[in-house]
Amino acid sequence: MTEMPKSKGSLLVQDARTKQRNNSESRFKLYGIAAISVGLLMLMILLFTIISRGAGAFQQTYLTLPVQLLADKLDKNGNRNLDEIKKVSTFGYAPLMSAALEAKVAEVGIETTLKPKAMADILSKDAAAQLRNFVLAKPETIGTSLEFKFLTNSRVDGYLKGRVTRASIANDKNINAEQLDLVDALIADGSLGKQFNLDFITGSDASDARPEAAGMGVAMVGSFFMMLVVLALALPIGVAASIYLEEFAPKNWITDIIEVNISNLAAVPSIVFGILGLAVFINYMHLPNSAPLVGGLVLTLMTLPTIIISTRASLKSVPPSIRDAALGVGASKMQSVFHHVLPLAAPGILTGTIIGLAQALGETAPLLLIGMVGFIASNPPDSIASGLMSPNSAMPAQIYEWAKRADPAFYERAWGGIIILLVFLITMNAIAVLLRRRFERRW
Amino acid sequence: MGDLLNSGSATVLALIILGLAALGFALTRRRTVVSVQGDTRRLHSLPAYYGYNAAMLIAVPSLMVIAVWLLVQPVLVQNAVIELIPEEVVAEGSSVGLVMSDVRRVAEGLDSAVAQGAMTVQEAASLDAGATDVRAQLAEIGVALGADVQGPVLAAAQRYRTMTATGRLAMMVTALALALAGFAYAFSRTNADFRARNTVEAGIKALLILAASLAVLTTVGIVLSMLFESINFFRLHDWKDFFLGRSWAPNFRGDSDLSILPLLWGTLYISIIALAVAVPIGLFAAIYLSEYASSTVRSFAKPLLEILAGIPTIVYGLFALLTVGPFLVKIFGRGEDGLLGVDWMSGATSVLTAGLVMGIMLIPFVSSLSDDIINAVPQSLRDGSFGLGATHSETIRQVVLPAALPGIVGAVLLAASRAIGETMIVVLGAGAIARISGNPLEAMTTITTRIVSQLTGDTDFASPETLVAFALGLTLFVLTLGLNVLALYIVRKYREQYE
Repeated sequence: MTEMPKSKGSLLVQDARTKQRNNSESRFKLYGIAAISVGLLMLMILLFTIISRGAGAFQQTYLTLPVQLLADKLDKNGNRNLDEIKKVSTFGYAPLMSAALEAKVAEVGIETTLKPKAMADILSKDAAAQLRNFVLAKPETIGTSLEFKFLTNSRVDGYLKGRVTRASIANDKNINAEQLDLVDALIADGSLGKQFNLDFITGSDASDARPEAAGMGVAMVGSFFMMLVVLALALPIGVAASIYLEEFAPKNWITDIIEVNISNLAAVPSIVFGILGLAVFINYMHLPNSAPLVGGLVLTLMTLPTIIISTRASLKSVPPSIRDAALGVGASKMQSVFHHVLPLAAPGILTGTIIGLAQALGETAPLLLIGMVGFIASNPPDSIASGLMSPNSAMPAQIYEWAKRADPAFYERAWGGIIILLVFLITMNAIAVLLRRRFERRW
Repeated sequence: MGDLLNSGSATVLALIILGLAALGFALTRRRTVVSVQGDTRRLHSLPAYYGYNAAMLIAVPSLMVIAVWLLVQPVLVQNAVIELIPEEVVAEGSSVGLVMSDVRRVAEGLDSAVAQGAMTVQEAASLDAGATDVRAQLAEIGVALGADVQGPVLAAAQRYRTMTATGRLAMMVTALALALAGFAYAFSRTNADFRARNTVEAGIKALLILAASLAVLTTVGIVLSMLFESINFFRLHDWKDFFLGRSWAPNFRGDSDLSILPLLWGTLYISIIALAVAVPIGLFAAIYLSEYASSTVRSFAKPLLEILAGIPTIVYGLFALLTVGPFLVKIFGRGEDGLLGVDWMSGATSVLTAGLVMGIMLIPFVSSLSDDIINAVPQSLRDGSFGLGATHSETIRQVVLPAALPGIVGAVLLAASRAIGETMIVVLGAGAIARISGNPLEAMTTITTRIVSQLTGDTDFASPETLVAFALGLTLFVLTLGLNVLALYIVRKYREQYE
């Protein structure tokens, strides 16, 4: 009988070294979990910030007020001649509104020592223009009394949203505590309150003094025209380039140069494309500054590499047997590509194009250099030509513009603009994913 | 306006040519079919190819001529007109370029005056700067001029108008003649034996090659546009100050300090902080996702992380300026009221603000690329290590990571190039003060920020303060290109190792 070797310890009990190794194993794993959690936490914080700060922009404070459109103020001659009515500026409308507010205050029975003009200061500077536009559109309403919903001052709006408090207005020239008392009384009466703000989505940008009237609509149109240019140029050129490189190009140094070039272009900082756009399209070709056409051209150059790379991948995924079969029944090389390979690769190309467009839609830096910031984009274009050629802003440029302004009321607009931008991006990416799911073929 | 009308008429011309092409297609196709009495089997190619051949010959050469013409004409006209401007018109502190833009504005003003009917063609052509107040006349129709129009400027403007108009007419005639000639040629060559398909396919292939070389053209355009202006810059400004100077203080009255070093320092400092955030988090996330995570965790965590890469940079910029910056000020600033009770940070913009936010943005870049690279390490290496009794983490640290190291270095270099070229986060989050300092709580500025600030607003392309942006852009381009080429080289070399 041989003697059993004496065990150094039980298999069931870990010795110190094993313990240490196992501990370091679980520590290592924990680092990984921590890293992912930090990443996801950042995403959550970012999204939470965007939504919590931006949601306010979709609600705006309005004051409902019956206004008497006095004929002797608005149309002195009483002949309802539009040209004569137009001569009354917004200053002519302001007294009507303060009178209406005074009447309202008396009717509800609010006690205040404010003068009617100071009362009217709780309204937006845009409100008189709002009223004037309504009258010019419907001159027949002069002489009647109608109920209007007026925008209030951004300070009043901030007060309802909690951005402005009685403590924070101590040094604010735009509003005082007594006006806030009036606001409180009007809220209690029910005539002043927050409502959904469609103007933020469809309206145009407004000047520094009227953050409550600023909207994204015109910038959205600008972005739309830019995307139109990108789609019209980048898709055909990108697809043509990919077809050549993937199907026809001989393997030689020229093709190598083109390929290296494309992969490097994809990594060139976007601002460099802005410099190119400024130097070539604006300085050299004298295309108009700030025009969506120029923005679209710059973004086209920027998006091309993305589209080429994804198109080549989807062309590559079409199996060679398809090409061989086409060639076998007598098609030329060109016919096999255009009649068979391209239609089969189309869903992949489309997906790549949508993702490229989404990238281009969110790009800001090159737009700064071609002058799509620094002015108030107030007029929506009236035709395709003016949509392409007349100065406009774009969604990300508009957000940047608001972020640069001094009044914090614009920050809420900027966050709200981001929500709109992200909605577009999410929609586009979702369409891309759906297309891929729906049409993706495994050979 | 002149160029707008110009491009407008070019659009009409292009549409006419496209219409001609469609007509040519139909006529030629019909003629071919008729020539064989409807028996299309006797044709060399399908009937449509004869039509395509005609359409291609009509549209392609003429459209190309239009494109080239639109590119070249402005330069030729400008060169001819500049000679008309005597030196004494170029006022002190001004430049030929500024006078030229005056000339252009006057010419465009006259054009729109004619277009609106405020002047007849003859009146516009025979204006005399001494006799009439051109500025007032143009102001009436909404063209505002900065100064009174001098005689030579008006003469140059008239010359500019006539030359542009002649050029435009010549372009129309040439393009239409080319289109018609193409049509005649295609139509005459069309018979049953003509190898239409081969010709069309050769043409299409040429167009495909043209599209592919556009990428090269873009690169050439980028390099040339920046190179020319950079050369102009170095003519006006000492290159020693640009590369070796110590301060950045642009002064639009001239004699500025324009050195890249403080900007480069800010750029690198912010990038280093960003990488210090992104590399550990991204790398550990990639290791966990590729080595430990179950497929369910992987399938939801990976796309979620990649959302961070899809968010536009303007969003990160706003996040830095309005959320992270004030948060950092709350910690490190405000003296007694702050969380630490210190007063190290005064404004929301700082190197740390921009660096942290950029780090968040770069996490998915590092993690996705590293994830791919770690997955490419062959399973046999891991199995060998497990077989020797190593734990999972020991295998990763001692086998997988060393094998994947070159690729990970490549990924980090790509992220670094991204960080150096990033614009919106630093424009909003880093501040505008150029300084070389080690304090991450101070505002500093970067190359991209200065490019934006030198090139937005009113720019004068004759002053070094504007032109320096092109030199900065070129440096940025070379820097990021170098990093990319290096990174791609490393990644590619590494990939081949296991294939």
